[in-house]
Amino acid sequence: MKTLALALTLALSPALSMAADLELGLTIKNHQFVPAELKVPAGKKIKLVVNNLDGTPEEFESHQLNREKVIAGNAKSSIYVGPLSPGKYAFWGEFNMSTARGVLVAE
Amino acid sequence: MIGPAIIVFRETLEAALLIGIIAAATRGLSGRNLWLAVGVGAGLAGSLVVAGLTEAIAELAEGTGQELFNAAILGVAVLMLGWHNIWMATHGREMAAEARSMGQAVKSGQRQMSALAILIALAVLREGSETALFLYGLSAGTGSGRVSLLSGGLLGLVAGAGCGWALYAGLARIPLRQFFTLTSGLILFLAAGMAGQMARFLIQGDVIRPLASPLWDSSFLLPMDSVLGNLLHLLAGYEARPSGMQVLFYGLTFLVILLGMRWSRPPIPQAI
Repeated sequence: MKTLALALTLALSPALSMAADLELGLTIKNHQFVPAELKVPAGKKIKLVVNNLDGTPEEFESHQLNREKVIAGNAKSSIYVGPLSPGKYAFWGEFNMSTARGVLVAE
Repeated sequence: MIGPAIIVFRETLEAALLIGIIAAATRGLSGRNLWLAVGVGAGLAGSLVVAGLTEAIAELAEGTGQELFNAAILGVAVLMLGWHNIWMATHGREMAAEARSMGQAVKSGQRQMSALAILIALAVLREGSETALFLYGLSAGTGSGRVSLLSGGLLGLVAGAGCGWALYAGLARIPLRQFFTLTSGLILFLAAGMAGQMARFLIQGDVIRPLASPLWDSSFLLPMDSVLGNLLHLLAGYEARPSGMQVLFYGLTFLVILLGMRWSRPPIPQAI
């Protein structure tokens, strides 16, 4: 059984994930992202910790980052992104699209 | 009013298209409407529960509970769709050919319908819980009044359901001979697309690696926010910037279900 588990882990290890390289904070307040522009290093895996200070839920969404996540009101949640190639990656809050807009700049 | 209408429309559309395809693919199975209703009802009830538990679910597994939850739902949905297609490959031909084989198919048909009811419940649950959260957020905020919010949501719901109905009605007009091939094809793409989405959630939750990310970028050709891009995303899992792992999940699911359908198909009687 142990050998089987070990063999399975070894076989899967190229597919399984490694920890993020760095952690960054993003805040939602009054249906806006703070900061609206977030600089990140290119080629690194980032753990984005989104802290929603509003009492209402928000959905973090980005086609360019290929991410989508609901964040409950007054709650924190993490989203893993990258490694990214240099460039600009727009994201927005699906539930408040007119105000909640931001961009991730990888360089 | 337009804001809520659009969001509710988009959330409804995803579930409505799935229900439209399933309803079309199961026409002729006894008790179908009842099972569909049970699926939608259970999904709506469940979505309210899930919406209420959003925070608790999100906090599981170090803040990635939502990803694991979504991936699990999609995984079950892929299994059900795959099973349906393989089952249809075995029984669909008989059902289409002669009414008398219907009697034999009824028993396994019931099992089949109960599985599809679960599938529909899961789809409604996923989209419904997001809609409930969104509407709650709007009503709790200042801005638009309750009446305009409600009428907007209702408008979106009706429009989304209308699209599902139109797809169903369109499919139902197709002659039986091509019908099973077409619905099986639609479901095959739907299941592969869901497997791709499942991979995306597992990557977002940091369970598996993205491999190449993105593997390609076709957003200049067909952006995700275009109508066609959106529709292809809903129906066939189109992604403008997919990761290698998503494409792998997509391709493997597609292949496995296709092979399952081939192998379980009864041999065609040879003409002498």
